[in-house]
Amino acid sequence: MEVKAVEFVRKAHEALHNPRLQEALRRTEAKFVQGRREALRHLEDPDAVRRHATAIRDTVLRQLDAWLIHFERQAQARGATVHWAEDGREVARILTDIARRHGVRKAVKSKSMVSEEVGLNAALEAAGVQVVETDLGEYILQLAEEPPSHIVAPVLHKTRDEIADLFARHHGRPRKTDTAALTREAREFLRPHFLSADMGISGANFLVAETGSVLIVTNEGNGRLATTLPRVHVAITGIEKVVPTLEDAATLLRLLPRSATGQDITNYVSLLTGTKQAGDADGPEHFHIILLDNGRSRLLGSELEPILRCIRCGACMNHCPVYQSVGGHAYGWVYPGPMGSILTPLLAGLERATPLPNASTLCGRCAEVCPVNIPLADLLRELRHVQQVRGLRPRLETLSLRLWRALVLRPRLYHAVMGMAAWLLTRLAGARGRLCRLPGAAGWFAHRDLPAPAGETFLAAWARRRGKP
Amino acid sequence: MVRPPRSAGARRRNLPCRLGAPPGQTMSARERILGRLAAARRDDTPVAARVENPVRGPATPHCSDPASRFTERARQLASTVARVADFSAVPAEVARYLDAEGLPRRLAAWPEFAKLAWQAVGIEAVFRPAGADDPVGLTGVFAAICETGTLMVTSGEGTPATTSLLPETHIAVVPVQRLVPTLEDAFALLRREAAIWPRAVNLISGPSRTADIEQTVTLGAHGPYRVHIILVGP
Ligand code: SF4
Repeated sequence: MEVKAVEFVRKAHEALHNPRLQEALRRTEAKFVQGRREALRHLEDPDAVRRHATAIRDTVLRQLDAWLIHFERQAQARGATVHWAEDGREVARILTDIARRHGVRKAVKSKSMVSEEVGLNAALEAAGVQVVETDLGEYILQLAEEPPSHIVAPVLHKTRDEIADLFARHHGRPRKTDTAALTREAREFLRPHFLSADMGISGANFLVAETGSVLIVTNEGNGRLATTLPRVHVAITGIEKVVPTLEDAATLLRLLPRSATGQDITNYVSLLTGTKQAGDADGPEHFHIILLDNGRSRLLGSELEPILRCIRCGACMNHCPVYQSVGGHAYGWVYPGPMGSILTPLLAGLERATPLPNASTLCGRCAEVCPVNIPLADLLRELRHVQQVRGLRPRLETLSLRLWRALVLRPRLYHAVMGMAAWLLTRLAGARGRLCRLPGAAGWFAHRDLPAPAGETFLAAWARRRGKP
Repeated sequence: MVRPPRSAGARRRNLPCRLGAPPGQTMSARERILGRLAAARRDDTPVAARVENPVRGPATPHCSDPASRFTERARQLASTVARVADFSAVPAEVARYLDAEGLPRRLAAWPEFAKLAWQAVGIEAVFRPAGADDPVGLTGVFAAICETGTLMVTSGEGTPATTSLLPETHIAVVPVQRLVPTLEDAFALLRREAAIWPRAVNLISGPSRTADIEQTVTLGAHGPYRVHIILVGP
C-alpha cells in the first residue's frame, strides 16, 4: 500500500465535509466505545489483566531474539517452514517463490494488515497468481479498489447502499440492500474460491513460542476456511507478534476482542501448528511462516519500543477524537489513528509522515484504553521532538519556536515583552474585555473569542504585592 | 513527561552480534534481523524456564455449577443448548432439533458417533468429513469452556475440522465431564492428554458472524449459521 500520510491535512478536510463518512464514524464510535466498556466489565479485575498483558509483551521484547528462535525451532519440528524478511520486497520474493514451487494459481486471503503493509496482492498478481480477499470487509474493498480505513472494521466508511451497488455491479445479480442477504451473496460467491484455491494466506494475531503455533482470531470463519482447505498455507506477520506460552496467549485473548469489538471472545480462535499429520482428515500439506521486520527491530531498546507491544485491537482509534472526526483514510497508510500516527512514521519513514505525530490533541484517551498500556501520547510527543531535531518541521514553525525559546531563556526581556503584550491585548479588546480577531489567526477566531488579559501579567502582580509589607 | 533530547540508539546495549556470518559471506535476512535483536537484548534468562513453568494470568474465578454457567454463556453467543441424560438420547434430540429448524434429516458426523441408533429416528447419517454440500455437521468436542461458552475442537484422524465449518448447521455433542472453567484449563487438559499436539485447535464460540456492513451483526458469514450444543450427562 502506498504511503500517502503527507496528505493528511487535505484528506482530513475532505473527510470533515463528507456527510456519509461523518454518519458512519458516529455510528462506529458509539458501538465500539460502549462495547468495549461493557465487555471489560465481565472481567473481575480488568486492570490486573491489562497489567499482566503488558508484562507479557515486555518479557518478549526484552529478549525477542530468543523467543523467535524458540518459536522457529518448535514450528520447524512440526513441519512448518519459517522464512525471515527484512522488508516488503523480500516478502514478495519469498511468497512468489512459494507460489511457483507449489504451482499455485489462486490464493484466498484472510485479513492481514502486514500484507497491506507490504503491498502483497500486487506482487502476487504480477507473478500470475489470482488473489481473492475473503474477509467480507476486505472483499468489498477489493471490489471497490480501495484501501481499508480501520484495522478491525476495514470498510466502516461505506454505507450499505454503496455496498449494494458494488455487489450488483460485480455479481450480476438483482440488487439487494438487506445486510443478511448481502452477506449471503458474498458467501455464495466466495465459497467456490475457498474450495478451488491452492494457497491460503493469513496473518497471525500471535505466534506461540511454546508450541510453534500461529494463532488467528476471526469472526466470519474465513480464516478457518483459508487455513484448512487449500494445500498450502502461508502466514505472514511481524516479528513482534510472538508470545511465550499458551497461558500468555489466553491472557491476551481476554483483552483483544473486548478492546476491539466489545466481544468477550471472537467466534473463532484457531491455533495452527505445523502441517497435516499422517491420519489427519484435513489441513494443508505445506505450511510457511514469513516473519517480517520492516523497521521493527530498530525500535527495540529505543524510547519508542513500547509501540511493539501493540496487539492491533483498534481501541486507540475508536476512542480518538481526531480519528472519530476524520476516519482512517486521512492517515494515508495501513495503520490509522494514534497507533498509526506512531507506526507509520517509524515503519514508512518520518519524512513521509510528518503530519501524523501532530494530528493528535494529546488528550490521552488512547493511552487510557490501550489494553497493553502503551503510552501513546508520550510516544507522539517523542516523535514530534525527533521531527524537530531532524529539521522536518516547517521553517516558520521552527523559527517561531526558536524565537520563543530565546525569549523564555531571558527573564528580563520576557517580562518586558509579556507586559507589553498584556497591555496591548487589553487595549485591543476594549470595553467588552473579549478579543474577537487578531491578524494572522482568522481561523482560530472564526468560532470563538479570547478573553482579554486582566491588565498586568501575573509576575508583575506578584512583584507588586511582594513589594508591599 | 518531557524528556531531554537523545539519539534513538543511545540507550541500546552494545552487545556483540552473535549471529554474524563468517567473513566473506553475506548474511541472510535471518542473521541480520536476529543480530539486531540480540544487540538490543536486555534479559538473558533462558526462555525454556518460562515455557516449562507457564505463568497463569488473572482470570475469572471457578464456577460452582459448570453446566448452567456454560449454558448461559453459550446462549449469549447465539448458540442453542439442549441437555440429555446419556449418549443414547442424542439421536432423538438431533431429530427434534432438525425438525424444529425445518432442516433435512441428513448429516455428516465424526466416526465416534457411528454406534448411535440414527436409523431408528429416521436420520440418514454418514461418517466421513463433511463437505460443502452437507447441510448438517455433527462433532464432539475436546473440551468446552464455561468462562465464555466456547467449544474446543481439535483436528485429527477421526475429528475432521471441516465438519464444524463447511455445513450451515453445526451440532456439537458435549459431555458434561468435559466442561472446564477457563481457556487455561482447556490448554492444560490438552497438554496432558494429547500424544502429539493437534495441527488445529479450534475454539468455536457460536455461529459465525460479521459486522462489516454498517456495524450491524449478521449471523452466518462463511461458517455455520446455527450452532446447536447437546450437553450429555446427569
Ligand atoms: S496501540 Fe493499544 S489500543 Fe491501539 S491498537 Fe495497539 S494495542 Fe490496541
